[in-house]
Amino acid sequence: MRSDGRKNDELRKIEAKVGVISSADGSAYFKIGNTAVVAAVYGPRELHPKHLQDPEKSVLRCYYNMTTFSVPERKSPSPGRREIELSTAIKRALEPTIFIEEFPRTAIDVYTYVLEADAGTRCASICAASMALADAGIPMRDLVSAVAAGKVKDQIVLDLTKEEEDTEPCTDVPIAYMPNKKWITLIQLDGEVTAEELREIIKLGIKGCLQIYEIQKKALKKKYVRI
Amino acid sequence: MGKLFLKSKEIVIPGELIGEGDFETVGGVYREGKKIYASRVGLLEIEGNLIKVIPLAGVYIPNKNDLVIGRIVDIGFSGWLVDIGAPYMANLPVGETLSEFVDLLKVDLSKFLDVNDLILARVINVPKSKMIQLSVKNITPKKLEGGKIIKITPYKVPRVIGKKGSMINMIKEYTKCNIIVGQNGWIWIKGTLTGEIKATKAILMIERESHVSGLTKKVKEMLEGALK
Repeated sequence: MRSDGRKNDELRKIEAKVGVISSADGSAYFKIGNTAVVAAVYGPRELHPKHLQDPEKSVLRCYYNMTTFSVPERKSPSPGRREIELSTAIKRALEPTIFIEEFPRTAIDVYTYVLEADAGTRCASICAASMALADAGIPMRDLVSAVAAGKVKDQIVLDLTKEEEDTEPCTDVPIAYMPNKKWITLIQLDGEVTAEELREIIKLGIKGCLQIYEIQKKALKKKYVRI
Repeated sequence: MGKLFLKSKEIVIPGELIGEGDFETVGGVYREGKKIYASRVGLLEIEGNLIKVIPLAGVYIPNKNDLVIGRIVDIGFSGWLVDIGAPYMANLPVGETLSEFVDLLKVDLSKFLDVNDLILARVINVPKSKMIQLSVKNITPKKLEGGKIIKITPYKVPRVIGKKGSMINMIKEYTKCNIIVGQNGWIWIKGTLTGEIKATKAILMIERESHVSGLTKKVKEMLEGALK
């Protein structure tokens, strides 16, 4: 039993919604436990300055940002090292799923804002961004689901909270997964594990991703079935 | 023929497996070997051996022979730069616009079409580089004066027009407005103030509920109700 009463392989409570920002081409809201993220997608649209354009394919640009009120201590709104790094990680996690070669010389902009942070913000951002991309009508191979798994003390657990992340020793492995293609598009590791344990963590993470996928699917379909 | 995993008229999302086997495909789908997956959020339609996903969202991607509404954004030396709501700017050359000879060195092109003017044009060429060419030859009216523009998802234009123009003709009849629908999802409406508001409401309702059956009846009811 964990500190918040979950089982080791249990996800936090998830809330997903599509089409939350009317002025964006596609948008999504994703909340897992106390972590809440909103994502907006614009494009494909014209890319300026022109030298950034790629005549073969579209350029995917991701912006990860944390709102100032998302953490207990006020966070500076300017993107620092961490934000720039995570933006790139999110971009790499999403790029394999999009048919970028269909829109040469354009840009697809993905903005993700963390409204509330309680660990797993990059995974929540990827989930929200992939839903927003689908909502924007961008051709994709698959949705991307992401969740962190890890090892807290000697337990292998799924979907860590901030409290668990701060205990020593703790290993955190965020995984982004394309459920139908069975591709892992993001995997990072922070901490120490043996190879055997890592295998177990990845297996657990993929299991979590499949559960998240079902929720994402339901949220996307709900937008159109509702009427 | 092969196996099908989903039924017709279902909403599909990217990556969903639709079928396996020798099907013909149109629209938002992609193949991997024999398997057919959806690549966009859309409405699935299966007609015999044909699998079709009608996208429900997305930006306008120009095709040859599309009739579009555009806004002039810039005047060049020998033509105009036109925004047609696509990720690419379109070019309207003088040669495709004016029938008489114009000395480009002496004549100011803004005399014919100025920035912010609305035009109705045809896409005549979409090369691989996506330098889109427009033409206004054999089109009337070339320039759209007055009225207002509303923008909808280009994939919903067929529903706004309806079968053989039934939907758009009904809206025109009830609101007494002059309406032109561009393939790019830009719709130009000109009429009385109340007529314009009514037509806008009807079109936005079609956009919102395009995937629902029995839409024509609903729009008719709404137009009749609004008239009272």
